[in-house]
Amino acid sequence: MPNTPKLQQQDFPILFELGSPGLCAVSLPKSDVPQTNLSDSVPGDLIAAEPPSLPEIGELDVVRHYKKLSRRCFSVDGNFYPLGSCTMKYNPRINERVAAMPALANLHPYQDERDVQGLLEMMHRLKQYLAQIAGLADVSLQPAAGAHGEMTGLMMINAYHRSNGEERKIVLTPDSAHGTNPASCTICGREAASVRSKADGRVDLDDLRSKVDDNTAALMITNPNTVGVFDEQIAEIADILHARGAQLYLDGANMNAILGKTRPGDFGVDVMHYNTHKTFSTPHGGGGPGAGPVAVAKHLTPFLPIPRVILKDDGTFGWESNEPQSIGKIRSFFGQTGVLVRAYAYIRALGHDGLRDVAECAVLSANYLAARLKELYDLPFPSPYAHEFILVPRAANHGATELDIAKRLIDHEIHPPTMSWPVAHCLMIEPTETESLDTLDHFVAAMTEIADELENDPDVVRSAPHTMPVRRLDEVEASRKPIVRWPAD
Amino acid sequence: MRYTQFTNPQVQQMLDVIGVDSIDDLFSTIPPALRFTKPLDIPEGISELELLRDVGSLAEKNTSCDKLTCFLGAGAYDHFIPTVVDGLASQTEFLTAYTPYQAEASQGILQLFFEFQSMVCLLTGMEAANASLYEGASAAAEAMYMAAGITRRNRIVIAESAHPDIRQVIQTYARERGVEIATVPAPNGTVDETALAKVIDKQTAAVLIQSPNLYGCLERLDRIIPVIHEAGALAIVSTDPLAAGILKPVGNFGADIVVGEGQALGIPMQYGGPYLGLLAGRKKYLRKMPGRVVGMTKDADGRRGFCLSLQTREQHIKRERATSNVCTNQGLLAIRASIYMASMGRNGIQQVAGQCFDKAHYAAQQITQLKNYELRFDAPFFKEFTVRTTHNVQDVIQSCRDNDILAGVPLARLDERFTDSILIAVTEKRTREEIDQLVAALGAV
Repeated sequence: MPNTPKLQQQDFPILFELGSPGLCAVSLPKSDVPQTNLSDSVPGDLIAAEPPSLPEIGELDVVRHYKKLSRRCFSVDGNFYPLGSCTMKYNPRINERVAAMPALANLHPYQDERDVQGLLEMMHRLKQYLAQIAGLADVSLQPAAGAHGEMTGLMMINAYHRSNGEERKIVLTPDSAHGTNPASCTICGREAASVRSKADGRVDLDDLRSKVDDNTAALMITNPNTVGVFDEQIAEIADILHARGAQLYLDGANMNAILGKTRPGDFGVDVMHYNTHKTFSTPHGGGGPGAGPVAVAKHLTPFLPIPRVILKDDGTFGWESNEPQSIGKIRSFFGQTGVLVRAYAYIRALGHDGLRDVAECAVLSANYLAARLKELYDLPFPSPYAHEFILVPRAANHGATELDIAKRLIDHEIHPPTMSWPVAHCLMIEPTETESLDTLDHFVAAMTEIADELENDPDVVRSAPHTMPVRRLDEVEASRKPIVRWPAD
Repeated sequence: MRYTQFTNPQVQQMLDVIGVDSIDDLFSTIPPALRFTKPLDIPEGISELELLRDVGSLAEKNTSCDKLTCFLGAGAYDHFIPTVVDGLASQTEFLTAYTPYQAEASQGILQLFFEFQSMVCLLTGMEAANASLYEGASAAAEAMYMAAGITRRNRIVIAESAHPDIRQVIQTYARERGVEIATVPAPNGTVDETALAKVIDKQTAAVLIQSPNLYGCLERLDRIIPVIHEAGALAIVSTDPLAAGILKPVGNFGADIVVGEGQALGIPMQYGGPYLGLLAGRKKYLRKMPGRVVGMTKDADGRRGFCLSLQTREQHIKRERATSNVCTNQGLLAIRASIYMASMGRNGIQQVAGQCFDKAHYAAQQITQLKNYELRFDAPFFKEFTVRTTHNVQDVIQSCRDNDILAGVPLARLDERFTDSILIAVTEKRTREEIDQLVAALGAV
């Protein structure tokens, strides 16, 4: 077993336990204007008696604090991160450099369009690239994340049905759908209803047919689906929906597997969202920011949110908001611009050839890992897989759960795969296209060692991880008696 | 560019292990009729150096605030960002980490979010904050849902003095849920307090007030919030967290939910995003909050540790019954804001807020001494104010732009009633010289 790190021995200070009164990590210039007496201009009841009691810490200790915190995180730059459904690929350094260019980062959203022509041109190009990859007519760059894109797409579907004089209330989702799908239905005032999947992970078409009627607004599907299989019935699924006037929504979480190989618009999708932080390598940042551009077929374009980036007749770029059928604004200003710049840089650098290579290497990697691991673990779904696959520990060789295996991987400096979803007791493994064969083989070696431990020393797995600053945390107590700020109430 | 790293012999080796002849065999589940066999209509890939040239040539067509003096505001501000914020937030351990679901391998980020929540509580005067939402306007829409969930009512009143992005985004969200929206007028720059009580009815879940508001004015929260509570509704306040450097945190006036745009806390302007949606509330509403919340707990050995808390509210557990569909949030921006607040500290935040206040008031005083300019509203303000001019507003803006000054936002762009007014923001970053140049440019129109 690896050595217990020193950090584990200490109680790690939090920000409020550092510093001394009077310290500050920043020095500001002295004010060069006359002071205005606060109480002459503002009613006394609105004035603070004293400043908020933020920490008071010198610059070096601020730096050390955040340096130490950074050492207590797994990250793609430091660790293999085979987190199914999350596409934790390498985030190219160049994209950070590009996004930080002052002429892109230091623009105010209310600057005149004439001052931001280069940025608008880039956004317009990105919109066209994303429409092309989707095989769909137009794209909105407004949504802030995948779930925000889902909401936007469903709102457009609602608006479309309304324009036909219909208020369709039901949105179908396969039982293996991402949790955001049903949650987005609720946000949009729709009822989510479940469609069965067959044992092989594909949609049960008979069940689908029995559930689609004139009250069905849409089916939200992920394809390749969440068990890592491309559902080849997709065109038929689209036909079943369209025959009753319902729409096909694609959750684009798994676009990495099909870039340039097949296009949603060509297999019957009416509206879809991308996750730029999955497919197009924009960094996850510990949980965001993402961006969730939405692509739509021609009949849905009138409903796209505002503002929309357009190429005007005079050859300049601008924003258009005068769109009477639009669902309206879904966020402030003009989208996650800084994230979208990175997505542009990624797509531009890879080009059509590089994007196809992404899908091919992602699928190759996943199928390679599956082939290497199938003797030691159960793979309940038939291969070939798309960019991820489901693996289940064998009942015979453990009293340990998928959680234990996931935690034991941490001791191998590998981030745990997605756990216990979309089927019970599983691990969902997505290596992505950017890992080397050496890294994939290291993962196989770790999983082999763990399978051996499950036979011979299951306690070491059950009590993992052993190398982290903390051991397993009491999440139940954290939710029962939540302490969510310092000082604790 | 290629970010993949397999050699041809390795590809062959992997195909042999899998037991297929070619990579195309792995795509056999895509029916032939659905395969896309042409190249996508996207240019061929380019090298890193060519990418720098490509983006550089686009960037050259912009004129950024590096070359202009920026008095634009209305929700995005040109504040100073200390070097440590960029340096520490860009550590790739933060940048390239996922949501900290695996607590043992994510203690750094979890603790950071816990500290973030704690500092947001201090600046908002609330008991509990989440770990961020997308940006200020959708945070306000989430607060609307939250209030509707708490009260089981379906009507929201919004101040006319709130930013139109907030009002429009709430309108978009509300339509689908059948939430009715009403407006309380603000004819003179602040909420009409006598109209307020009348517009709140028994179905009203909450009233949303923004302060400092769209026009820069401070609302009389000390008088408004009791009226809201008296009428039986919740008070949602959207605020600028930086104002708490010198003004009472809005929670002190009894707000039930506080939201805000956190861009002022060390986040570059980036043409409007990514920014930082803040949401805080009373602790009793914690289980109704949207988004991620980090809690402090203990590990199996009794050591202090942190984990995502109250996950049963969230979509991955609760699905259609979740408090919100929010999954990805603005983690990296929360990290930036945390580092900013920790670096500024108690005294720094007071200085920043104080200098914004002094410089805005100096600018207002100088501008109103010019012929043809006066303050549009009488209400007190923090770092932003509205000026009325007898000139054509576009002429004024253009004339200043000719002198490399972004004089302000034409207010009609945000509120069509005010065609004669300009919204001017003055941060701590502006010097007296720059303010004097603005005044001279305005005077020379």
